[in-house]
Amino acid sequence: MSYIAIRMLMGDRSKYLGIIMGLTFASLIMTQQPAIFVGLMTRSFSFISDVGLPDIWVMDPKVQFVDDVKPLQDTELYRVRGVSGVDWAMPLYKGLIKARLTNGNFQTCNVIGLDDATLIGGPPEMLEGRLEDLRRADSVIVDRDGAKEKLGLKGPDGQAIPLKVGDLLELNDHRAIVVGIAKTTRTFQSQPVVYTTYSRAKNMAPRERKLLSFILVKAKPGVDPKDLTRTIESHTGLAAYTQKGFQDLTYNYYMKNTGIPINFGISVALGFLVGAAIAGQTFYSFTLENLRQFAVLKAMGAGNGTLLMMILLQAFIVGIIGYGLGVGLTSVFGWAMRNTILSFRFPWQLLLFSGVGVMLICLMAAGISIRKVMTLEPAMVFKT
Amino acid sequence: MMAVHCRNLTKGYEAGGQKVMALRGVNLDIPVGQLMMLVGPSGCGKTTLISVIAGILDQDEGTCEVYGVDLKSLSDHDKLAFRAKNIGFVFQAYNLLPSLTAQENAAVPLIINGVKRPLALQAAANMLDRVGLGQRLTSMPSQLSGGQQQRVAIARSLVHDPKLIVCDEPTSALDHDTGHRVMELLKGVALDAGKALIIVTHDERIFEFADTIAHMDDGNILRNPSLDEAPDVPSNEPNSPLRQPPC
Ligand SMILES: Nc1ncnc2c1ncn2[C@@H]1O[C@H](COP(=O)(O)OP(=O)(O)O)[C@@H](O)[C@H]1O
Ligand SMILES: [Mg+2]
Repeated sequence: MSYIAIRMLMGDRSKYLGIIMGLTFASLIMTQQPAIFVGLMTRSFSFISDVGLPDIWVMDPKVQFVDDVKPLQDTELYRVRGVSGVDWAMPLYKGLIKARLTNGNFQTCNVIGLDDATLIGGPPEMLEGRLEDLRRADSVIVDRDGAKEKLGLKGPDGQAIPLKVGDLLELNDHRAIVVGIAKTTRTFQSQPVVYTTYSRAKNMAPRERKLLSFILVKAKPGVDPKDLTRTIESHTGLAAYTQKGFQDLTYNYYMKNTGIPINFGISVALGFLVGAAIAGQTFYSFTLENLRQFAVLKAMGAGNGTLLMMILLQAFIVGIIGYGLGVGLTSVFGWAMRNTILSFRFPWQLLLFSGVGVMLICLMAAGISIRKVMTLEPAMVFKT
Repeated sequence: MMAVHCRNLTKGYEAGGQKVMALRGVNLDIPVGQLMMLVGPSGCGKTTLISVIAGILDQDEGTCEVYGVDLKSLSDHDKLAFRAKNIGFVFQAYNLLPSLTAQENAAVPLIINGVKRPLALQAAANMLDRVGLGQRLTSMPSQLSGGQQQRVAIARSLVHDPKLIVCDEPTSALDHDTGHRVMELLKGVALDAGKALIIVTHDERIFEFADTIAHMDDGNILRNPSLDEAPDVPSNEPNSPLRQPPC
């Protein structure tokens, strides 16, 4: 009977394709939109992952997320260094500073100041130059995307001229020379990232009493970072998070305090509804059209259980195909967008999520059809 | 042995708040080995009667036994199994499944009976061969003429070797010659091993194939005087003989 069910399904080419299109659409929207969403949300903390090396981030207790800098006094650094279990602790400056380009335009940059001696907290990958070049006078390292886009210039014919090693910038009236190009993960803010030393960053930054944004801490071997955060907090009154903890803090902030989740939630819900409407409607009219065939089978002795199985199988087949196509299209989309500014991340949980969504649609579509077929009078076979 | 034995069958339909009596106490016997035709004006209850006999409709009152089994007394499950095993259907509108080939269509009753697909397809091919469609196994219904489709339907009605074959106007969509061929097939193939056939028809051209003709009008069986002299007329005593003239 499964064979008959499958042949029945594929026999009606236009309906078959219609149902699959509906399901493909639904599963596309239900994976592609959340993939962009997850990508965006990952960006919210990509700076933390990029820094990588330290176990623990120490900051003002009022800080809500990574871009919410509430500077500390430099003396806090020494207090943290004094906590037992701390292997090393380094300062990190993170702040927005206006850069003036050679064409006179201004561009706000995310300036990162690294500990002068160790340069800990630098970019994950250098494309040109070396991190150590930051020890040269006035030197800065710029991230590739920033150099290409926001800090780049336009040539006379409109072609883009990226910022190169050796080029000059003015950061808050301080001369800076580009000594390297780095690859960084795109952040949520999408300003160009400019790396320099902590002391130089302090010089460039607008005069303030406190300029220490974060203290990066490495735990001594054998010391559990989680335990160490508690020790640091009780000794200094500052907030200390493990790298994961700080990422979660940032992520949760964006989840709670921005419209991003709601917007994507609406897209996903719409995709689900539209897909469910198309697929459910088409599946139902497919069943209605085949009602006589089901009645003939019933008259010839096929029971409701058998017909139920046939309809579920039909729904399952279109579900699997639509799901596969939708997920496939999403993957192609993600691949095509891999080098663009678009955020896209496709963790396996999304496969599960959209799979459940498509399954729900199929069950709903099958459900209304099943009711119709279960109550079908086999005597209708003699009606013409 | 009676293939069909009906006593005092009644069946009414609710339609628009009104009760329409489609069967008003039908008595009918069909002996094994006979081809009975059921004739009568449109709306007199023929389809309702064969639906009850085939076990796809429950009567309101009276009994209907098919090969000694009272269908109404069976559970839903047993009734399905009984139909699957013992009844063959032929419809005026053929009712083939449009997305299955001729061979697959003819195999459906066997598949419903749980026969494995290769075996079922083999039996279907043999049966199609007997109805003269051995060359059209892989044709789709839409590629076949009306007569050919009805022959596929006949192959389907016989493939599982049922004891009773129920046909509603099997020839009325066919031209004279095709109708004759279809009847020859039905008569030849179906009656070979202790089966019985009941054929509802308007089609006078095929009356010659009948062993008996039962006339029906307004929910009752009337005796057909022209068959009175036939030696094997069953005891289809009408409740109210010739209450209304057949039209
Ligand atoms: N499902 C139904 N609902 C209501 N009335 C019906 C239904 N089926 C048949 N009838 C009525 O019952 C009577 C007998 O119908 P039917 O058995 O189809 O007659 P026939 O096959 O002789 O034309 C008719 O009056 C018809 O209108
Ligand atoms: Mg009729």
